[in-house]
Amino acid sequence: MDRKLLKKQSIQPLLKALRESGRRIVAPQRSGSAPGAWYRDLGPEDELDLEHLTVLSPKSAFLPMVEEILRFRNEGKQIVIDDSEIQAKPTVIFGSRPCDTRALHALDAVFLHEPEDVFFRERRAATTMVTFSCQVADPDCFCTSVGGGPGDPEGSDLLLSSVGGDRFLVDVLTPKGKQVVELAPHLFEPTGEGETEAVVASVPVRFSVSDVRKRLPDLFNDEEFWREQSLACLGCSTCAFVCPNCSCFDIQDEADLKCGSRLRCWDSCGQKLFTLHASGHNPRSVQSQRWRQRIMHKFSYFHQKEGMVGCVGCGRCSRACPADMNLLERLTAIAEARV
Amino acid sequence: MQVIIGYAKGSNGRRRPLFARTPEQLDQLTLEDNPGLNLAVYLRKPEIKRLGKPGVVATPAILRSILQWAAENHYQDSEAVFLALDANGAVVELSAPDQIAAFVASLPDGLVPSQESTQGKDRAARFAFWQQEFERCIRCYACRASCPMCYCDQCIADSNQPQWVPVPPHALGNFEWHVSRAMHLAGRCVGCGACSEACPAGIPLGLMNKFLADVVLNEFGQRAGATTKLDYPLCVFNVKDREDFIK
Repeated sequence: MDRKLLKKQSIQPLLKALRESGRRIVAPQRSGSAPGAWYRDLGPEDELDLEHLTVLSPKSAFLPMVEEILRFRNEGKQIVIDDSEIQAKPTVIFGSRPCDTRALHALDAVFLHEPEDVFFRERRAATTMVTFSCQVADPDCFCTSVGGGPGDPEGSDLLLSSVGGDRFLVDVLTPKGKQVVELAPHLFEPTGEGETEAVVASVPVRFSVSDVRKRLPDLFNDEEFWREQSLACLGCSTCAFVCPNCSCFDIQDEADLKCGSRLRCWDSCGQKLFTLHASGHNPRSVQSQRWRQRIMHKFSYFHQKEGMVGCVGCGRCSRACPADMNLLERLTAIAEARV
Repeated sequence: MQVIIGYAKGSNGRRRPLFARTPEQLDQLTLEDNPGLNLAVYLRKPEIKRLGKPGVVATPAILRSILQWAAENHYQDSEAVFLALDANGAVVELSAPDQIAAFVASLPDGLVPSQESTQGKDRAARFAFWQQEFERCIRCYACRASCPMCYCDQCIADSNQPQWVPVPPHALGNFEWHVSRAMHLAGRCVGCGACSEACPAGIPLGLMNKFLADVVLNEFGQRAGATTKLDYPLCVFNVKDREDFIK
């Protein structure tokens, strides 16, 4: 791994070089009076915002909220199906956080399983992750409890960490990261003595994720436990949609009598419609069963199948929940449950 | 009362609903002037119903919601007890719709959200405003889930045969969803602001509801959450209704 130094004032020239190379830059920006920051295409006039947390993770750059996967049309008595063009322009996600970048592993596990999801694969291959270590954390952050950390390099192509004095230590972690450096090599300086100590936030470990994992199978049938955990849950999709790991989607058609599109849209296990059968039966008929599913999937099933939990501790669900269903509190209660 | 539903201090500066079933749990109760979350939604949740008869620590917004439910035949007399503070700071217990209506009539009319962002703007500017706001909508339906008036078992947005409202969060789908919801709430919204508060994208949805509430008030003289009986203007036929708009 190569290490360089980058001055803060070199960020704009670096963005310019990325843009001139034909890459699309997706980066956090403010959006009017809206809370937090939002990932948007960063044009030359747009202002990069590395201060606020983004309401959504950069997940939608890989799994868009809505995406056409094929088109169909009537031609005489035939139905003709056309593949949709895959939108996978060379892209740099600039200003991701270590937790969000780490979350790509879980998305890879889901979408790069055989048969690979071509839409995801192409976009993933065309995207470079430039991540900034977190210098501050808030009380909803718990990355260190689920295997990550504020300076975690996992999944990043370039990791920029403050070394104080308006300078960033740049870890060049992959060939894609190296390509970025080579676009503007004059901006990067060699590291000197004592300049390799990154300043990162302190995020204490809050619970034992292996205890959560071990207790869940025995808690599964404890209806009372799940009911208590989820009394406040309103059954919206906010937690799933702000989550960098959630990957469930729904297929919808939009069509008239002549032609139409098949679309993939985000979906959420918190909605009662998620499991509603055509017969009218719903195997998850109440919210406590849906909440249990959310926890079981992330911390038990996903680990059994993929060897990792489906949570990076970004805390977005806790911040966004209209009923303050704090995930950290609930996981702590699971880790400490007597079963 | 088997459960007291109220507000409690939440995590990291937030507030949360409390479902107290023991006297000790009651110690966590807090009084909130403008809590955002409208606790009335919990009265329709199966797991909460199972807890037994509820007492609800009621803000004016909650009481207005219950009145609107009563007007829509959606509230059974003495289904719940509402604990409210009167002008002297004493706790009063309310349950019958007429009781609630009398109490609400004694309250200052302070529930209306500001309309600054759209007021005085022409149609094109309002359209541009909402286009920009809806662009952030992720269709999580937190607005619907947090709204006491969104109590339909099956929402039009959940129907796919036929599909009334496009499901995806694209520009058309978002407009259709929010405009449909606002129309369904016209003259029914009590202005509690829970939808705006719940929205993770900070979309000021209450502005649309307030606008339509004003239209219904001006055109039909009705205001939601004020009386126990209401001939809902968008559902009744009246021979005196104007027809001059039919060309």
